[in-house]
Amino acid sequence: MAMIRAATTTFLLLTALTGVAYPLLVTAVAQGVFPLQANGSLRTHEGRVVGSALIGQDFSSGEPARAARWFWGRPSATAPSPYTALDVAAGGASGGSNLAPSNPLLAERAQERIATLAAAARAVGLAPSDAPVPVELVTSSASGLDPHLSVAAAEFQVARVARARGLSEDTVRALVRAHTSPRTLGILGEPTVHVLELNLALEALGRSPEVP
Amino acid sequence: MTIPGLIQLVGFVVTIAVCARLLGPLVARILDGEPGRAPLGLGLVLGPLERGVYRIAGVTARAMTWREYALGILAFNALGVAAVYGLQRLQHHLPANPAALGPVEPASAFNTAISFATNTNWQGYAGETTMSYLTQMLGLGAQNFLSAATGIAVFAALARGLRRSSESGVGNCWVDLTRSTLYVLLPLSTLLALVLVGQGVVQTFRAPIEVEPLVQTSQTLPLGPAASQIAIKQLGTNGGGFFNANGAHPFENPTALANALQCLAILLLPAALCHTFGSMVRDRRQGWALLAAMLAIFIPCLAVTVMSEHAANPALASLGVDQALGNVEGKELRFGVDASALWASATTAASNGSVNSMHDSMMPLGGFAAMWLMQLGEVVFGGVGSGLYGMLMFAIVAVFVAGLMVGRAPEYLGKKIEPFEMRMACIVILLPCAVVLVGTAIACVVPAGTSSVSNPGPHGFSQILYAFSSAGNNNGSAFAGLAANTPFYNVALGIAMFLARYWLIVPVLAVAGAMSRKSAAAATEGTLPTHTPTFVLMLVAVVVIVGALTFVPSLALGPVAEHVQLFARR
Repeated sequence: MAMIRAATTTFLLLTALTGVAYPLLVTAVAQGVFPLQANGSLRTHEGRVVGSALIGQDFSSGEPARAARWFWGRPSATAPSPYTALDVAAGGASGGSNLAPSNPLLAERAQERIATLAAAARAVGLAPSDAPVPVELVTSSASGLDPHLSVAAAEFQVARVARARGLSEDTVRALVRAHTSPRTLGILGEPTVHVLELNLALEALGRSPEVP
Repeated sequence: MTIPGLIQLVGFVVTIAVCARLLGPLVARILDGEPGRAPLGLGLVLGPLERGVYRIAGVTARAMTWREYALGILAFNALGVAAVYGLQRLQHHLPANPAALGPVEPASAFNTAISFATNTNWQGYAGETTMSYLTQMLGLGAQNFLSAATGIAVFAALARGLRRSSESGVGNCWVDLTRSTLYVLLPLSTLLALVLVGQGVVQTFRAPIEVEPLVQTSQTLPLGPAASQIAIKQLGTNGGGFFNANGAHPFENPTALANALQCLAILLLPAALCHTFGSMVRDRRQGWALLAAMLAIFIPCLAVTVMSEHAANPALASLGVDQALGNVEGKELRFGVDASALWASATTAASNGSVNSMHDSMMPLGGFAAMWLMQLGEVVFGGVGSGLYGMLMFAIVAVFVAGLMVGRAPEYLGKKIEPFEMRMACIVILLPCAVVLVGTAIACVVPAGTSSVSNPGPHGFSQILYAFSSAGNNNGSAFAGLAANTPFYNVALGIAMFLARYWLIVPVLAVAGAMSRKSAAAATEGTLPTHTPTFVLMLVAVVVIVGALTFVPSLALGPVAEHVQLFARR
């Protein structure tokens, strides 16, 4: 009997402490000290919430000629459509393709992506290029929400985006460089290009007259 | 691999070693301390809470026999299973459910309840579309703490049984559970949670928010009190994600720095507890020896993983792609290959099971290393507490084998190893192996098992083997292409997780009880020392040989066959 009382009471008290008091305390401090980060690092642009600074978006779907105007992030394997962060009705959530390296579908999807990239380049009148496509541009990320590109994957798209927007390649390349972050502390992670920020900067550039 | 990558990996191992050395003895002082007192001023702040718990629960800090201790732990865990099951089934009637999620299916709820109470945190469901905020924090979040505290408590009981001073009993389970929660897990988690929020992990009770993307038609962002749960998910070697993509989700693991801190948190306590053990048995060298044995297995496995993930996939070679970055399918670019491979090794060495990349898409040998680290019985770091008590069972076997080889009476820390302890150690070592192999075999021959497989060829078998290796060793990571949210897998893996946890805890506590009654003999010329490099080698050999003999045939059918198939194309 003493055992049952001890077990039940200890369980309830420790559950209340770790399952209620602790998350509430962390929430209170987090909302006070880091309100922006605690609520999803939302990115506003011209008064609209256009997304989260941490979550990638789909730029590649739709008409090739229109999609060609944007830098594309990595392929996303989320259902029902790419870069679905949450769709309760359809059961859509973050996640990867989980294709094995030996699964023929992996190469098939990569091939499709290469074809889509080529179609977009053709749509803006670029001659077909035989430069190898960086593998990160044809393989899907783990979360399906990766907001970044590698420098090589961004460079690969410079010619297409520049042509589609009537900008010089140097202008676009400079923009990519401005939105490249180095490794954290020089060692952690990899250098990355932030796709949403880069595309927002492209839009801003397109509207102001270009300064020579 | 790059120079920054190498610095990252070496720096990680060194940082873990240093942090473990600093933290370990502090944990020993907490476990051996008087009620209401704790180091670093923690007793001043949380001491009244601790005393309050004992007063309301009617607990006195008397030492228990191992049977009482085991009964207490089992009762405490049974309540955990019941609470998590109930919360999932009733969440639509309860508050803090802004997305209006319905009740969780019974089989899935059963699996999840066992999963979180056993410190496995296998997830058959997607967090953001299944669990309400209340279920996450009060059910899953609380069990993240309490299952880790259970591991620490059982470890503490074993350490007390083994140490030289013969004592009556193995400690008090309520005191151990309360003190490890209050003074070890809560302070560390609070600290880590706040740092993670600063990096961008969400911590809010607001409902999911719809944004207006630039091109995409619409996007809804899931939110929730994630940071508080992520912190203990890593520190308690739990691994259950708030969101489906787990540590790959930008809201769980937003930056390379957050990733590095979480990766350190995965191994921090399992490594530190080696030194805690050294302090508790009043011979620091014993702790060093156990940690050295763990590192001696961990580092080669890490090297294999890193090298395999940097390799180009031959299946993509003919497409004209530049594979300079390595195998990045299922990886996030902010982490890169090195930090993804490091995490994969850390999370499978420790019984953590969180992922920052999709293990299903790892190269065959990367998946091999991850699977094998689990199959070794989760003793290379392993779970908080559970990894070390598992390793101590291997140490008992190693002492016994060495004793037979040189013709000495086997003893560990001066206490004689007799047939009873050997029988218990064999149960602890062999039961998970049996669960993994029998479970895999059953799943391979019934349609309900094979129909969930998503990748063709040997990799399909690997998916099943990985699932049972994970559940049967309380890891929780997955080859996630396997459709595991089916009645068959929910029940089969639920049973595997249950057996692997509680059928190990009871024999471990039995050893603790038996050893506590023995008096320690003084060390003589004839004593086999258990802190020397020779013994470390012996211990590593026993762990590796048991693991290799048991799993080489099945690994040959899975990842090894896939590797040969993939690279024979060239």
